[in-house]
Amino acid sequence: MTGNLSSVEDEKKLPLRASLAASVSRTAAALSRAAGRGDGSVIGGKLGMMIDPDLLAHLAAGRKIALVSGTNGKTTTTRFTTAALSVLGDVATNSFGANMPTGHTSALARAGSTPFAVLEVDEHWLPKVIAATDPKVVALLNLSRDQLDRAKEVAMMAQLWRDTFAKHPGIHLVANADDPMIVYAVGAAPSVTWFSAGQRWREDAHVCPACGGHMERGEADDAHWQCSNGDLVRPTPQWTVDGNAVIDASGTRHELKLQLPGKVNVGNAATALAVTHYLGADTAEAAPKLAEVASVAGRYAQVERDGRKIRLLLAKNPASWLEAFDMAEDAPTLLAINARDPDGYDTSWLFDVDFSPLRGRQVLITGERAYDLAVRLEVNEVPFTHVASFARAVQTAPPGRLEVIANYSAFQDIRAELDRVV
Amino acid sequence: MSSSALQIVWVYPDLLSTYGDRGNMLILAHRARARGIPVQTHEIHVNEALPEGDIYLMGGGEDGPQALAAERLLADRGLHRAVDRRAVVFAVCAGYQLLGSSFFAKGAKFGGLDLIDISSDRGETRAVGELGGEVDPALGLPTLSGFENHGGRTHLGPGVKPLATVKTGIGNDGRTEGAWAGTVLGTYCHGPALSRNPALADLLLRWATGEETLSDMDDTWPSRLRKERLTATGLA
Ligand SMILES: [Zn+2]
Repeated sequence: MTGNLSSVEDEKKLPLRASLAASVSRTAAALSRAAGRGDGSVIGGKLGMMIDPDLLAHLAAGRKIALVSGTNGKTTTTRFTTAALSVLGDVATNSFGANMPTGHTSALARAGSTPFAVLEVDEHWLPKVIAATDPKVVALLNLSRDQLDRAKEVAMMAQLWRDTFAKHPGIHLVANADDPMIVYAVGAAPSVTWFSAGQRWREDAHVCPACGGHMERGEADDAHWQCSNGDLVRPTPQWTVDGNAVIDASGTRHELKLQLPGKVNVGNAATALAVTHYLGADTAEAAPKLAEVASVAGRYAQVERDGRKIRLLLAKNPASWLEAFDMAEDAPTLLAINARDPDGYDTSWLFDVDFSPLRGRQVLITGERAYDLAVRLEVNEVPFTHVASFARAVQTAPPGRLEVIANYSAFQDIRAELDRVV
Repeated sequence: MSSSALQIVWVYPDLLSTYGDRGNMLILAHRARARGIPVQTHEIHVNEALPEGDIYLMGGGEDGPQALAAERLLADRGLHRAVDRRAVVFAVCAGYQLLGSSFFAKGAKFGGLDLIDISSDRGETRAVGELGGEVDPALGLPTLSGFENHGGRTHLGPGVKPLATVKTGIGNDGRTEGAWAGTVLGTYCHGPALSRNPALADLLLRWATGEETLSDMDDTWPSRLRKERLTATGLA
């Protein structure tokens, strides 16, 4: 223990109490990992913050910080931003998706001194994390329905953010021009880079968050939208995507060779490059770094088992299911649904997802709430086979590619099962 | 609209649609088609006039959209005309509250559509979780099973009967859940309430078609879902 405490040069500049807390945090995380209880980032952060509630602020001080928030894509965008920013120097990040202040504290303590930090932030916690970390730039991806039995309503979240940015005009925002909720949240913030990455899920953006009026969509230009009362109009994006390329604010085209699938990840890449550009990196130099990202906290990971090439896709709300169908190959597909605490106990959202893109594929279903999904698929006219477990699904599917799309806890269960085998 | 097909009208999906509310329309259409009944569905947005239909559906919504929906429906009168000619109305959550004389939104009291004898206000706590109970015997349906997520409490006048007696969850007030009168029926079982309650879906179809019975259909998956949920909530 003493060895641990004394070996940390970086903490000399922290107040004594914060220095002690950071060490305790790091040690507890290491103990937790050694004991096989997750990656330790939450327990380590909790212990550290018990000793010094201002620890996150102390650990953030002196670093250039980028925060990434939104309903979907924050883990991947955080990973991309971290990779891209590495051309400028060392980057601390909460790469395990522990996206609340305990996770941020733990990540910064573990990283030691770095010039940069990129932190994924839970939408609800963004105001507090902004206050604690004084970020240079915040990326705002999208806001849509998620975990409905307890999450704040979408419009309330947009308002919470809007109030926050009004209080912090010095922060630069990198924001999604395609999502009216994000545009409302940005409000009159003076320093904004707008990006466009398309918006597949629009069911939460029919009503203007400013006035409650109807939102009009352009007939010819699909991307255009405006409030019928004129108080909210889609801003012109400076960063856009085209196929597998990102077009930067100067009009320069950057062809990407991403390992991660789907149009949505090209959009996440554009966001990451816009953030990185603002922090001073050369985009042409940073862009190739994105191709090094192969999986994100198990997502998109490919595993061989019994002759099946299994790929894991996480889908946790209606918008991310649409994205998963976009990414999945035309191959046998397993859908796994639970409704535990991290998923939300309500499965109603299954009827917000149109599963018809799966017609014509062999569809297997499993999970604790597979029957909810079964009723949904039957009404959707998507033939399926119910299997008792992930292992049975692997036996049932023919050799070759097997796409697995699962919601949060089902995804974690399958990861654990694959880890035991691999 | 063709008069030979069953006309299902989803009222203002742009305002009143959360929690998989589309499910009720999809399930009714699916169950009608399985019986050889042709169906047309119509999604009527807030800037459109309500057409004549056989079944009207209303979903849940946030406070602002709920108040706007009340204002537009009171001006449109299409739902009032529909109830006068005994069309079927099935409403959940915010839509259910709209059926009554008043409801609370954004901290203020709003006038409702006054289609059935109920009024709603705010409860001290939000009701979130499984909701179930025994259905009014006059409706001849098995146990109600659903999921609720609302802050409202609803008071029933003498002109309506409760849909069910609560066994688990809150519903209207912890004792009763939902309400019905004539061919108008409302519930706090949100979203795709009909996915776990196929017999309730068939009741709405029977009311709309005037048929006393509908032919059998394969209910393997809805039955398994019901059994699993009723067991999980101690109602089996
Ligand atoms: Zn407006």
